[in-house]
Amino acid sequence: MVAYTLKRVVVAFLILLVVSGLTFSLSHLSADPALTIAGEQASDEDIEAVRKLYGFDRPVVEQYVNWLSRALQGDFGKSYHYKAPVVEMISGRIGTTMTLGFLAIAFALVVSIPLGTLAAMRPNSLIDRFALLLAVFGQALPTFWFALMMIIVFGVWFRWLPISGNTSWAHFVMPTIALGYYATPALMRLTRAGMIEVLSSDYIRTAKAKGLLPISVLFKHALRNAIIPVVALAAVWFGFMLGGSIVIETIFNLKGIGWLSYDALLRSDLPVVQAIVLIFASFYVILTLLADLLNAYLDPRISVR
Amino acid sequence: MIDKKEVVLEVKNLSIDIPVSQGVLHAVENINLHVGRGEILCVVGESGCGKSLTSLAIMGLLPKNAQRTAERLELNKKDLQELTERQLADIRGNRMAMIFQEPMTSLNPSFTIENQLLEPLLRHKELSKADARNQVIEMLELVGIKPAEPRLRQYPHQLSGGLRQRVMIAMSLLCNPDLIIADEPTTALDVTIQAQILELMMSLQEKFNTGILFITHDMGVVANIADRVAVMYAGQIVEEGPVSEIFNNPAHPYTRGLMGCIPVPGKVGQDNHLGTIPGMVPSVVNDFKSCRFGGRWDENYKENFKPCRLTEMPNSRRSYEVNLNEKHLVHFCCDECLHLSEHSLLEGSG
Repeated sequence: MVAYTLKRVVVAFLILLVVSGLTFSLSHLSADPALTIAGEQASDEDIEAVRKLYGFDRPVVEQYVNWLSRALQGDFGKSYHYKAPVVEMISGRIGTTMTLGFLAIAFALVVSIPLGTLAAMRPNSLIDRFALLLAVFGQALPTFWFALMMIIVFGVWFRWLPISGNTSWAHFVMPTIALGYYATPALMRLTRAGMIEVLSSDYIRTAKAKGLLPISVLFKHALRNAIIPVVALAAVWFGFMLGGSIVIETIFNLKGIGWLSYDALLRSDLPVVQAIVLIFASFYVILTLLADLLNAYLDPRISVR
Repeated sequence: MIDKKEVVLEVKNLSIDIPVSQGVLHAVENINLHVGRGEILCVVGESGCGKSLTSLAIMGLLPKNAQRTAERLELNKKDLQELTERQLADIRGNRMAMIFQEPMTSLNPSFTIENQLLEPLLRHKELSKADARNQVIEMLELVGIKPAEPRLRQYPHQLSGGLRQRVMIAMSLLCNPDLIIADEPTTALDVTIQAQILELMMSLQEKFNTGILFITHDMGVVANIADRVAVMYAGQIVEEGPVSEIFNNPAHPYTRGLMGCIPVPGKVGQDNHLGTIPGMVPSVVNDFKSCRFGGRWDENYKENFKPCRLTEMPNSRRSYEVNLNEKHLVHFCCDECLHLSEHSLLEGSG
């Protein structure tokens, strides 16, 4: 287990290194930062001066190494547009995004695992059909439309929930449901498929033959094995939710990272974009690592391979 | 006839029907079985004859779509059919336990051996965890896993097939059940391990005086361990009796056919072919009219197996039970089968 963990951690670091290199070089290919900083009316000499000042005339590799060594010390530079340190801009907003991401994945798991389990216990029954219907809707409805509908119904008609901002827990209810509902179908269908397969396995028959009660058969012996692929998928979805809530954050006016990255991309604000991409890549890598370790704990055969 | 021994399991007129796309499959039809305390009853038969379904029916673990009917299904004189699902769960793993064919997949890959072996004890006996753990260690050592302690922390994938089957045997014995149903427990193991496991089961059975319903398709295994034998074919028991009677004096043509399939050293390889029974067990679906042995004959092997060739019977429900003596029972599915066996029946009773 220790060797397995170490191996996974080393791989995670290598992935992060590659991602940082790719982001850096790609963003430098896609836009000339000197042009952005100098502004539209700048003369060629001005642009050249900006290039020298920021070091854009140096080889890309040298720029990358400089950027990386500063980034490792927690300095991601200053935003070209806002002239504020990138770290401050991100740390001021990351709380909102993390809260939303946590709530959304929790919502998705709380809905999808019991529903998937129930559906698997009685395939093609009424509850299975209902779960399938819910999944089809979840997959088919665009998030922004679903979010807007909720705003109309619960915010405007009934006036139960606030529709904009992030000052109280109530502000997170609708964004959580809108974002979480998006992940529910995949997680639920995977739980259902896994449970159906596991429930027909020999060791479930053994568990029943021991005289164990249905609740122990289902939640101890079956769910433990069926949940393994769900853990991996949930980790990916969680990463997606942390980085992919641009639409939701915009609709509900939650000024989180999603909103910030949208803004930075529009302005070609490279330091901000690079920092955000690297942070989200780290989230993904860390989440995948945690999911792998959790799976190795759930299924002891994994760490042997 | 039932022995003087105390009867642990009694099954009377057990039938299992399964709905299939063509109608209803009569997987098991009106079979009678009994197992005495400390007795090993072997149920022999080909794949698909209903052996495993019979064992699952007794445990109450049939697939949901299977329909079970029985006049009597008694464990220790208590009818299992009258029990609720909860009461049945109290008996399973406690008064009756089961050993399965596939040791590789019958244990849960995610839990340690200790965890899985503690379960039946903690579920059925009022024991502290420490006491239960001691019993588990004791039982593991009894089934030949020595030293047992380091094995407790291991997971099933770290054990060989033979060890896993020993664990399964230990699991079935933990609550000292009255009946163990062993569904081909040695089929998935290689021959040397098979012999060890059989020996182990026999010694433990003697020690605990457990009744065993042993399901197999291997006549060699039957010869080794059985007290009594029930030969099953196409959902029916065609012949039943003490092991010596069945081997020395098989009355039903099918039983004689099975005997012809046992390789005898020195006999095979000259002019004597190793017997086979051609064809497969028929699916008895809906109103099955032809003889169950139709299509399973071969000119070359008629010495061994000469079933009737009747394909359409005037009366499909007509069958015959013949008592050769008070313990030896033969069942014929049609007049023709009975007719074909008259010669051997006369021999046997005379």
